[in-house]
Amino acid sequence: MTRDFDQLWVYLSANPLLHLTLTLVAFHIGMFIYRRAGLNPLLNPVMIAVGLVVAVLTMTGTTYQSYFEGAQFVHFLLGPATVALAIPLYRQIEKIRQSGFAILVSIIAGSATASASAVAIAWVLGGTNEALVSLATKSVTAPVAMGISEQLGGLPSLTAVLVIITGILGASLGPYLLDLLRIKSWAARGLAIGTASHGIGTARAIQVNEVAGAFSGLAMGLNALATAILLPIAWYWFF
Amino acid sequence: MLAYLTLIFCCQLIGELIASATGLPIPGPVIGMALLFCGLLLHGKIPEELGGVGNALISNLSILFVPAGVGVMLHVKLIGTELVPISVALVVSTLLTIAVTASLMAWLSPQKAKTDEKSDGGRK
Repeated sequence: MTRDFDQLWVYLSANPLLHLTLTLVAFHIGMFIYRRAGLNPLLNPVMIAVGLVVAVLTMTGTTYQSYFEGAQFVHFLLGPATVALAIPLYRQIEKIRQSGFAILVSIIAGSATASASAVAIAWVLGGTNEALVSLATKSVTAPVAMGISEQLGGLPSLTAVLVIITGILGASLGPYLLDLLRIKSWAARGLAIGTASHGIGTARAIQVNEVAGAFSGLAMGLNALATAILLPIAWYWFF
Repeated sequence: MLAYLTLIFCCQLIGELIASATGLPIPGPVIGMALLFCGLLLHGKIPEELGGVGNALISNLSILFVPAGVGVMLHVKLIGTELVPISVALVVSTLLTIAVTASLMAWLSPQKAKTDEKSDGGRK
């Protein structure tokens, strides 16, 4: 019996189906908890799913590499989904035309705040150089962040992790801060969440309100562009 | 349905080609998003089926971050040794970024846009 199970386990763990299913099931559990709690931002479904998957992988002694062989099919869809963000953006074209200047100024200021404050805080608290570089791009969507970080001498894989954690933090704490600041405009809320916490923030913004989702997607794209151009220039200026 | 999925893939592929040909530090999918947006501007409306394909992809955006997020297990040690600087920087800087961006946007937005907002405004 045990022997049969071992053989089955060997077969399944070499098959993408197992880790693909694990990812989907973990996410459904995350969504179930999130919905049950009335979309409470603190119970972010991505965070719950990541926690569950890490727990299962650690318990079964599975490496991240072999997990990713299955999970890459989910990961792959990030590209097409990013392209599709053009659709909600187009639906808000009128609002974007009306406040183009405000959008640009707010995103550039937000982008500079994200990089400068993260680096300054970590530097004061004694962070190493690798951590500082990787923190500088924390609010930028993962593929761009990894590229910039590599260019500046950071660790791309650490960058990706910090980007994801930032996304979860912004998506879960951001709504409370925005309520506290009495920001009621969906455009301003979405723009702030997208600038600070890229796609994960956008994913939550879309669930809450369509205007917020579109502005969040726009902010994610423009922040990536602003950081990719400005951060390398600022970095060589200071260091 | 399949035609529009193909269109989205083509936008990304052209985006990737532009990114690697020009050496721009922008990822292919973001260029693809700009391409699709320009296409919609030229077309003047969103084809119904494209809206359907787009919704299917976007409404499940969250799950797509799970595989990359699990990568945290690779860096538990490094983050552990620098737990204080990294976690304080992440939390404070993320909140500061949200506060700066939202306040500026609310302050600079033209009045007309603000009144439009109120009609569908609310909490959350």
